[in-house]
Amino acid sequence: MATAAAHHTARAQAEGRDEAAQAAYEAVFDAAVAADERIEPRDWMPDAYRSTLVRQIAQHAHSEIIGMQPEANWITRAPSLRRKAILMAKVQDEAGHGLYLYSAAETLGTGRDELLDKLHTGRQKYSSIFNYPTLTWADVGAIGWLVDGAAITNQVPLCRCSYGPYARAMVRICKEESFHQRQGYELLLALSRGTPEQHEMAQDAVNRWWWPSLMMFGPPDDESSHSAQSMAWKIKRHSNDELRQRFVDICVPQAESLGLTLPDPDLVWNEERGHHDFGAIDWTEFWEVLKGNGPCNEQRITQRRRAHDQGAWVREAAAAYAGKQATRAEPPAGHTDQQSNGTGSPQGDEPAGTADEHGKARA
Amino acid sequence: MTASTSETATAAVLALGDDALVLSHRLGEWAGHAPVLEEEVALANIALDLLGQARVLLSMAGDEDELAYLREERAFRNLQLVEQPNGDFAHTIARQLYFSTYQRLLYTQLAEGPGPFAPLAAKAVKEVEYHQDHAEQWTLRLGDGTDLSHERMLRATEALWRFTGEMFQPVEGVDVDWEGMRAAWLESVGDVLRRATLALPEGPASGAWTAGAGRQGLHTESFGRMLAEMQHLHRSHPGATW
Repeated sequence: MATAAAHHTARAQAEGRDEAAQAAYEAVFDAAVAADERIEPRDWMPDAYRSTLVRQIAQHAHSEIIGMQPEANWITRAPSLRRKAILMAKVQDEAGHGLYLYSAAETLGTGRDELLDKLHTGRQKYSSIFNYPTLTWADVGAIGWLVDGAAITNQVPLCRCSYGPYARAMVRICKEESFHQRQGYELLLALSRGTPEQHEMAQDAVNRWWWPSLMMFGPPDDESSHSAQSMAWKIKRHSNDELRQRFVDICVPQAESLGLTLPDPDLVWNEERGHHDFGAIDWTEFWEVLKGNGPCNEQRITQRRRAHDQGAWVREAAAAYAGKQATRAEPPAGHTDQQSNGTGSPQGDEPAGTADEHGKARA
Repeated sequence: MTASTSETATAAVLALGDDALVLSHRLGEWAGHAPVLEEEVALANIALDLLGQARVLLSMAGDEDELAYLREERAFRNLQLVEQPNGDFAHTIARQLYFSTYQRLLYTQLAEGPGPFAPLAAKAVKEVEYHQDHAEQWTLRLGDGTDLSHERMLRATEALWRFTGEMFQPVEGVDVDWEGMRAAWLESVGDVLRRATLALPEGPASGAWTAGAGRQGLHTESFGRMLAEMQHLHRSHPGATW
């Protein structure tokens, strides 16, 4: 009995120390965020900060991967070889962005396989915009101009996000995205100044993509569940509505120089606010698309799953071959390669490092 | 230049340009369907290299878009090999192995020669070495991976074998040692296949009447459908610029 009591006391003391240590870590973390320092993978961070980032970065990665589909839909039909090359390069960039972002998410102790599995089973989402179909060639331009434009407006502030790996990924991604955005604009400009049929095609695409692009900024501020905490942690720097307003103000003069109109009769310059007023967004449609009832939700996820499932034998072959090569290269005594089965292993109980490591990293 | 040498030159340019254009198109069909993200990047990268080569080559013969979008099936001069549908990943890799090995040997010779293709070949040979390496690595992984991947790689190398003979039918105006190239190709591909626990297929390298057919504008049935998709939008807007 005495032994059990001693155990109990020891544990209570240890827990007390843990709580004290926890409070100390939290203070260091809060101070780092307040001082605009970057949080790095080995630093202590609140569990909720970690899980919010995993969710956001993973969904960002998924959006790049699913976002390849509406554009890849036109690769085989691109109307000139120059446009075809631009489009292929863009879709390739998107796969690359997906890879950067999965890597950034992996620094938080999750695996790409695990994240892809969550995408495939609908437990993690991707941007609602990619559930709209690309019906004409002009849609490729509208996606570049409006969708990439909205993405950039959202993502440029993320280059200053408090989590280092995400911020650095965003710097690289934003450079390429702004290039894509200009190419999309230039594509629409060529159509707008082309034949009447081409102009009509461009206008129709802008009509269909305008409102969904505005929805990319997420629900209005008073309905955005994650916003306040994300802003406090400096993951987010501006509210959804602020960014949406900024985007509208940027697009209006660009539409004018394109010679195209935006499909909003309430869109008007407000001298007093120094901003454009614009019409009401159909939030019912937004929530429907988000729930899975958009025009292409089923198609997009089915194609992604099919590519993954049909590629399983290829990935298995690569793993089997790598295993054989490792065995061949090994001295007879043999040692197991710790790395080879590391992907996807649950690391949910991170941070696993010692207090010393954490202290050093933040000190 | 006399009309006939000019025609020869054009035919030679179209042969090489159409190979690159058509294979690029086939690889572009993989976008969004690859077995792993790294292959989305790699296949698109190869497709882009080939499209770049095609644009340079077709521009040597005329307007690249007119040549790509306004010729009928019978006017295309590409090998039947490159127009073959993607099939499964092994099929695509076998096609890549056969073609990139051929292209590496061809461009290496052209880069060293005095002909009109030397500047393009000198640049392209670096790209093609990468393509060949990519195909080789995947042939090894699939051939020497699992039983299933071995079986699929075997089937793919055999199914495409009958399209390999036409690669060494001399193209007028392309001044290389065709017989030497065939020997070097057999050695290189044979070596990769052996290391992949496979072997050079045994059947004929050409169909009964198809040797060199692609170079004469005789294609396989799926090619017309591929062109219909590729050319549809361009043809729907005559004279438009994009």
